[in-house]
Amino acid sequence: MATFFGEVLSVYSRAVEEDEEDDMTNENEEDEQIRREIEEKRSVDVRWLSQTDGGSLPCSDLIIAVGPNATGFVSAYVLSSGGWPAVGWVSLWNERSRGSGRTDTAPAPGEPSCVLYRQKQVLICQCSCYVAEDQLFQWTEKVFGCVQARGLSVTVLSDCSAAEYKTSDYLSGSSTPFLRCLKTSVHTGPVACPPLEPPNISCGLAAAVLSHCQVQRIPAVLYQCFSDVLQPDSLTMQAYGAAVSEILKLNQSPGAEVLQKFTRVSEVQSNLYT
Amino acid sequence: MFISAGDDVPSFKGFTLIMPAVSVGNVGQLAVDLLISTLNMPRVGYFHTDCLIPMVGNNPYATSTEDAAQLSTSAEVYSHNDLKLAVLQIRTPIIQTKVRSFRKLIVSWIKSSGFLRSVLLSSSHAYQRDDQQLHGTPLRYLLSPSLQKEEGQRVEELGWREMERISMFPGISDSEQRLYIPGGGVTKALYTDCCTEDIPMAVLLIFCSEGDNIPDAFALINHLNDWFHLLEKPTQGSVQWRVPPSWRLLFGSGIPPLLF
Repeated sequence: MATFFGEVLSVYSRAVEEDEEDDMTNENEEDEQIRREIEEKRSVDVRWLSQTDGGSLPCSDLIIAVGPNATGFVSAYVLSSGGWPAVGWVSLWNERSRGSGRTDTAPAPGEPSCVLYRQKQVLICQCSCYVAEDQLFQWTEKVFGCVQARGLSVTVLSDCSAAEYKTSDYLSGSSTPFLRCLKTSVHTGPVACPPLEPPNISCGLAAAVLSHCQVQRIPAVLYQCFSDVLQPDSLTMQAYGAAVSEILKLNQSPGAEVLQKFTRVSEVQSNLYT
Repeated sequence: MFISAGDDVPSFKGFTLIMPAVSVGNVGQLAVDLLISTLNMPRVGYFHTDCLIPMVGNNPYATSTEDAAQLSTSAEVYSHNDLKLAVLQIRTPIIQTKVRSFRKLIVSWIKSSGFLRSVLLSSSHAYQRDDQQLHGTPLRYLLSPSLQKEEGQRVEELGWREMERISMFPGISDSEQRLYIPGGGVTKALYTDCCTEDIPMAVLLIFCSEGDNIPDAFALINHLNDWFHLLEKPTQGSVQWRVPPSWRLLFGSGIPPLLF
């Protein structure tokens, strides 16, 4: 593909099934079985830590945090204040998150995972593991299958690199981090930031959750934080504060120790000059 | 599956369905964008499926600040009652392992909705054109047997060119002829499905390369308009299509002022 400036970029084609030989019409029984087994292995399930009666969980707010800054924010500003017992986790396996596929043991602290925490009527899902594209739809179906849709309100916190934000003005470093939001049609309440301007879009787990909420008519809002720092940092985490301050009592000033635990800006061994 | 955006399920009986194939240069999708934007078509439902990669954004066809914050998903259905026209826009690629179930889903939706005919807007790699295809227009068409009976005559009058079958082994004169649409995504498979299921379907495609495919999208949608006359063609010049605001910044953000 040639761009505006004339350089040639190699792009992958969005038109899949390029090779017609790859068509699955000549599939035999064995192929089908292998396909089925792979599909089984990639299935997504919600596991509970305590015995539940199997019915769906009543809750007023579901907060889903995706990405290093959003999950870091939840850890430092919300969970650190205590009173948030883990109630379950989402087990899934894919090439990039092999560990979280264990169905019998809960993920260890610090391990990439998808853990559900609960306090009264509020459920928090902290998702630090990678969810593959083919698992996103199933993830939302399974998680929302466990939660009562009536009276539910969903808030999604998500991360994005500022380099991916498209704007006709030049984005200077002083304006980051900043929040943009997307909301479903039935969401009527106020939002904490301006809407995300087209042609900017959101993908991944956040998009899957919002799509589900839109078609199921569940009030939901997605706060996407654009940051120009590669690692999780305290300033970016702080930006989410405005988004959830109405729902949660935040730990306004987590100690430096707590913050350090989740930021780990530049690990010593990665520094060339020490 | 189709999920209605409003309280009542819209009826598509006797409607024409226009949908894109996710193909090289996204030409079909861009052409469909032009159609929805120009005809100002309201969204009537979503195509909610696990076969497409999820994506959300704000209204790509916003005309004012009031309708700007309307959430859009990866596949949506728009409709125009006066023209008896339904348009399915697909905004993301199909998940590779689910191409077959996606085709099944589309075919069963077309059947159950009672569409009069369906049109698939698509594209194919220009560099794969063979000697006979290199001459003349880059636009081609295909009609399924059941549509051929009704519309074949009319399409012939328009002077359109049918997509050529190419031989399996070039150079060998009596080798088997087959349909070959490289870079066309589901185009060939979906067309074949419609032929076997006896669904009236037309494929309109353009040979193109990846890059700025906006001119290709205009060419394809003008071609479609020659057939259906969705918009009146002025005696001089061509139809004024409305470019949606979401086409802005196709080549990235603004340039840092400190450069100059």
